[in-house]
Amino acid sequence: MIPAKFDYIKASSVSEAIGLLDKHGDEAKLLSGGHSLIPAMKLRLSRPEILIDISGISGMNSITEDGNEIVIGANCTHAAICNSDLINSDLNILAQTAKCIGDIQVRNRGTIGGSLAHADPAADYPAVVLACDANIVVEGKNGSRTIAATDFFLGIFTTSIAEDEIITTIRFPKVANGNYQKFFQSASRFAVVGVAVVKEGSGVKVGVTGVAGTPYRATAVENAYSGNSDAASHAIEGVEDELMSDHFADTTYRAHLAKVYVKKALEA
Amino acid sequence: METYIGKSVKRREDARFLKGAGKYTDDIKLPGMTQAAFVRSPYAHAKILSVDTSAAEKAEGVVAVYTGSDACGTYGVPCGWQVDFKDGETMREPLHPLLAKDKILHVGEAVAIVIAESLELARDAAELVNVKYDVLPAVTCPKKAMESGAPKVHDQWGDNAAFDWCIGNDRAEVEAALASAHHVTEMNYKNHRVAPNAIEPRSYIADYDVNADKWTLYTSTQNPHLVRLLMCAFALGIPEHKVRVVSYDVGGGFGSKIYHYTEEALLTWASKEIGRPIKWTSDRTEAFLTDAHGRDHIVHSKMGFDKDGKIVAHLTDEFCAMGAYLSTFAPAVPTYLHGTLFQGVYTTPLIHLNVTAPFTHTVPVDAYRGAGRPEATYLLERIVSKAAKEMNMDPAELRLKNFIAPFNGTTEPGYQTQVALQYDSGNYHASLKRGLEMLGYEDFRKEQAEARKNGKLLGVGISTYIEGCGIAPSAVVGSLGARAGLYEVGHVRVQPTGKVSVFTGSHSHGQGHETVFAQFAADKLGIPMDDIDIVHGDTDQVAFGMGTYGSRSLSVGGSAIIKSIEKVLEKGAKIAAHKLEAAEEDLEYAEGKWTVKGTDKSISFGDVSLTAYVPHDYPEGVEPGLDFSSFYDPTNFTYPFGTHIAVVEVCSDTGKVTVKRFVACDDVGNVMNPMIVDGQIHGGVVQGIGQALLEEVVYDGEGQMVTGSYMDYAMPRADDMPMIETDRTTTPCPHNPLGAKGAGEAGAIGSTPAVVNAVVDALAHMGVTDIQMPVTPQRVWKAMQN
Repeated sequence: MIPAKFDYIKASSVSEAIGLLDKHGDEAKLLSGGHSLIPAMKLRLSRPEILIDISGISGMNSITEDGNEIVIGANCTHAAICNSDLINSDLNILAQTAKCIGDIQVRNRGTIGGSLAHADPAADYPAVVLACDANIVVEGKNGSRTIAATDFFLGIFTTSIAEDEIITTIRFPKVANGNYQKFFQSASRFAVVGVAVVKEGSGVKVGVTGVAGTPYRATAVENAYSGNSDAASHAIEGVEDELMSDHFADTTYRAHLAKVYVKKALEA
Repeated sequence: METYIGKSVKRREDARFLKGAGKYTDDIKLPGMTQAAFVRSPYAHAKILSVDTSAAEKAEGVVAVYTGSDACGTYGVPCGWQVDFKDGETMREPLHPLLAKDKILHVGEAVAIVIAESLELARDAAELVNVKYDVLPAVTCPKKAMESGAPKVHDQWGDNAAFDWCIGNDRAEVEAALASAHHVTEMNYKNHRVAPNAIEPRSYIADYDVNADKWTLYTSTQNPHLVRLLMCAFALGIPEHKVRVVSYDVGGGFGSKIYHYTEEALLTWASKEIGRPIKWTSDRTEAFLTDAHGRDHIVHSKMGFDKDGKIVAHLTDEFCAMGAYLSTFAPAVPTYLHGTLFQGVYTTPLIHLNVTAPFTHTVPVDAYRGAGRPEATYLLERIVSKAAKEMNMDPAELRLKNFIAPFNGTTEPGYQTQVALQYDSGNYHASLKRGLEMLGYEDFRKEQAEARKNGKLLGVGISTYIEGCGIAPSAVVGSLGARAGLYEVGHVRVQPTGKVSVFTGSHSHGQGHETVFAQFAADKLGIPMDDIDIVHGDTDQVAFGMGTYGSRSLSVGGSAIIKSIEKVLEKGAKIAAHKLEAAEEDLEYAEGKWTVKGTDKSISFGDVSLTAYVPHDYPEGVEPGLDFSSFYDPTNFTYPFGTHIAVVEVCSDTGKVTVKRFVACDDVGNVMNPMIVDGQIHGGVVQGIGQALLEEVVYDGEGQMVTGSYMDYAMPRADDMPMIETDRTTTPCPHNPLGAKGAGEAGAIGSTPAVVNAVVDALAHMGVTDIQMPVTPQRVWKAMQN
């Protein structure tokens, strides 16, 4: 459990971090909470030459209100999200989600930006950013841009963030009626299936993680909803060929769980 | 005067553990100490084409690199138990090399050791060792290993069998009884492989002192003397009196730290080569890949019943994996620690077990908490419950009908089983009755029926286990293939001031020896516990020892101490009689003093101790000093038993099992410290439930372990567990002085089938009759679909 040699730089601003990313390219990795990167480095599965620590950049760990949006700094820890009064009252679904990530130690260190950028297919946040139609704000050498959650996840551990870009904030619309339901993998406590549902008027938005290699919006469920009690049966429509499988849950069981958990979230 | 036996005295060792002040091997730092890292095979089965160490040797801080081509490659660690084939062929015993030379036989097998100035440098250099492999097909399933055409683990033999073995009545007789039985229940399943997962990984420091020409090995072991013996006499051929083995605090073992491992011998050898101390501490991945695993039996079994539900015969065939090599006690586990318990608590008149033990391309399997007895109990308790269901009988009733009648082993003889053993004492009816009463069995059945109407899936599972602990006597186990004795050493050194040092060959790796041994020693000596120190884990201090496993410490190790205490008191009485000018037979010993009966003339233990060391006014013909050592070799095993009952709820949507209640009524003989026994039961129950619901080592088709970290190997967490309700019946062991039977493994033995019985019970109305362990949500859900 000893990583290969690496250099370490603590960035004091976003622009400094972007400059370092641009300079070191493939050899560099951003370090925030380190809860995915450090274990991979200790197993020498990941061996960056240089770590750019962005955890100390000021202004990246605030949670603020901006009109009808809540703006969350990428360096906010899961614990900060669990404990934020603003999030608990106006974006409760996100607090619910953060509470079921890892354990106390993980929640105290791991960050929302780090988790989204890592894009583990069994992570919890992807379901919620999708269901909430959140926007992920990234900054790079060419300036800042906003990526809609639905355009953000491209595959397993793959996102649409460019190599020189850093997630700075995540902008969520306020959500009055939403919930996250998760079936825990018994060893890692990641999501075998995680379903986020946001209800607006007579409509519903459904984000699903853990089921396919890429987290997705269950649009077939959304379309079938409006009073249709069988909407959950459409939970895996469109991802039938991308279902993940492991010794905890093969594709058949995972597909079943997806339906059960979509139903559970729709009915919650 | 305060007495201690039977009281929940708080553990003396906990103060240092809770303060983080325990002294584990990895805490030790010696001057000039180097660090080792291993190059381990990523393949399960491969030819080693070449090993190039030149870059590693030149790397910064590297002291030495050794491979299987160096002298250490000719040494191997021995197996401590020989089980020959049924037809007389000697057990096939391959060299278990310290480093692989020509061939790799399991993932994680060591190819080279890199020794450097720091762990970081050792790890970096290890990556520079270039090994070329020719990868070969592997077999990891013990049954498939015996199929024709299976990849061979050891090329020198015709097939993969290490040995085969049988026990019990004549097979034909058992088969005939089954053929004419009123009902036959059948089970085919795997008692799957689990990893021991001690919280402290294995850790060793070898330190060769060139001036003294002596070695010291600091090791996280359950039995330092055995490690010394096996390493000196068999692995390395170095003089035993020149080697000191020390194991201070050890953070759990569950069996996995009984064995003498290749790394211990290799570090000891290499320390002399480089003339410096070397440390190696396993990381968690290495622990998964190289600590001896437990279980891994494929079972085919049939049990026959007459029309009244009495068991008439039981026939079982098993394939039990040995892994790539024979670990220290591996051959004993699926044989003498397993087949000998096939009587269970039942009067089964005809029993036959046939075992085939193949090599597989996996890490070796050896004793893991319970060692063979959990596997026997799982089979008996599952098959009896399955039979009850099939015969439409209550599982408690079927058990009561078949129980061996109570016997105390003193005025009533022990129970002679069909499988070699004679049980010491037992009262299985009382145990089950108390268990059912604790649960409120009748009421639960009503609750279950109500719940079922509402679609809620509740189930109850009963397990009435027996196990054999403190295996002995040595002559008997020797005749069964043990290459060691199974006695224990207890040495009582009374200091001149009357303070007492007790040296024991048992070894605590979490059990609480320092507390419990002091409790009974204090009572027997009539002195305060604070006047007694328990010393263990150092071959230079303790004369000899067989260590701690098989729930033997109190019944065997404790008895050895009692023997020495008796010798102390016997000699003390001679000194007291002289000082009191009375005849020995006129003295009585109580509360720490010898008193002339019927008078107030007395002399204290402390005064007698001082007299023994300052023998000015002293009885003629008596040696000075008060210091005795004893070897205690028991006359029989001890046989704890008990009743475990689980209540589970199964989620109908997901198949997830929640254990709602767990009742454990155990009979471990006389109890020294109820709190510690409860703790042992709790820990064992959690481990047993862990196997039932969560834990499983999975190898894929290429022999890769897919559960090599806690991301994939599901360890039980506190919130996976119910409150554990414990109680006890007490049937003392008739053949040891404390009447103790042992409590370390009982929890892990009784609990597993109770949980699986409960899950099957919850789904019985859907036609579910069995589910393969661990009963994961996926497996339960699939069973519900069929």
